[in-house]
Amino acid sequence: MTRKLCVTIALAVAVLAAAAALPAASAQAVDTEVLIDQFTFTPQRVAVKAGTTVTWSNEDDVPHTIASSGKLFKSRALDTGDKFSFTFTTPGTYEYFCSLHPHMTGAIVVEAATGSNAAR
Amino acid sequence: MTFDHDDGRGASRRKILECMTWAGTGVLWTIAGGMPRSMGIIGEAAAAEASGLTFLQISDSHVGFDKPANPNALGTLEEAVGKIKALPVKPSFIIHTGDITHLCKPSEFDDADRIISQSRLDVHYVPGEHDVLDEDVKLYRNRYGRGTKGAGWYSFDANGVHFIGLVNVVDLKAGGLGNLGNEQLEWLEDDLKGRPASTPIVVFAHIPLWSVYPAWGWGTEDAARALDYLKRFGSVTVLNGHIHQIMQKVEGSVTFHTAMSTAFPQPAPGAAPSPGPMKVADDKLRSLLGVTDVTFKRGQQRLAIIDQPLQG
Repeated sequence: MTRKLCVTIALAVAVLAAAAALPAASAQAVDTEVLIDQFTFTPQRVAVKAGTTVTWSNEDDVPHTIASSGKLFKSRALDTGDKFSFTFTTPGTYEYFCSLHPHMTGAIVVEAATGSNAAR
Repeated sequence: MTFDHDDGRGASRRKILECMTWAGTGVLWTIAGGMPRSMGIIGEAAAAEASGLTFLQISDSHVGFDKPANPNALGTLEEAVGKIKALPVKPSFIIHTGDITHLCKPSEFDDADRIISQSRLDVHYVPGEHDVLDEDVKLYRNRYGRGTKGAGWYSFDANGVHFIGLVNVVDLKAGGLGNLGNEQLEWLEDDLKGRPASTPIVVFAHIPLWSVYPAWGWGTEDAARALDYLKRFGSVTVLNGHIHQIMQKVEGSVTFHTAMSTAFPQPAPGAAPSPGPMKVADDKLRSLLGVTDVTFKRGQQRLAIIDQPLQG
């Protein structure tokens, strides 16, 4: 349990670091992972460039789903270790939740792919 | 053992752990007239019940679950059915308060049916969220939905008691809790219309119809409307599952009770980072799994509810 938690935290930190590094490193889409662990989406809110494929991965001992609040996408029930991917092409904020445990919520914030080039 | 969440703070973690310890040491208990009574009651209840009604509640069998918290959930379900078969008084029927399967697979439903049918008792089901993983709730409804409305709600009568099976696990809303929905609530209002207030009512549904711990989704968004329709009745018993532990609250004429799982325990509210399956020592597992024995005696307002762990 402790070991699993440590691994999870390490992975979550890696994902967070990757997400944080994104705007500075590149204005291009870099595929992003969201972990589902302890009934939580981590990171819960993540900013990506348009064209990014986001992959959710279930690390819990119970199934979860990823359901867009705007009904844009919905996964089947993901068992332990299962993944679901969706590619975000249009800028906007995409709220989602687990349709089995709706208190679990998250958001993907999609920014225009070319916007930040000017700032560099 | 009786928790009153009306103080707005909820039961303290310590109090709940005490409860779990108590259940874990195998004390069997009942509630009669709002007062908890323990031990010795089984024989007494069994002997007195020639004219009453005894039924069994099983819940959260999660057939197909094979994770460390219990690698053999089918085996512990079989033990629970063995316990039911060994009861001194044969119950009239079983109610199953959902999460029959873990992943809603046809093979899991098959296994569950094969084991539960060994009890040779009628079983009245309501689905848990794990039983409705297919979009149109086809698998569950094809098996258990005959004569039901919507996603599987219905009512029936036995020995003068009116039983209502509700579904609060479909069409859940982002950020929300369990959900009954307008169509079902209208049906409920209609179902209760014209029934004398003296009719004892038993309501059963998967997710608790009272706010056990909303931060973990342990409650039902629109339960207040259902309870409003029920408030004129003198005896209402609400039986739920989902949280894999015993909890009870008495509020006026309404007794709320949640049953143990037959598959794996879950932590007390707030006692862990999440409500996921709780791994306990192997020799402790069966003291946290079990079934619930419910007896109705004519003339008594409250039903006697006895939680029976698999072991201890």
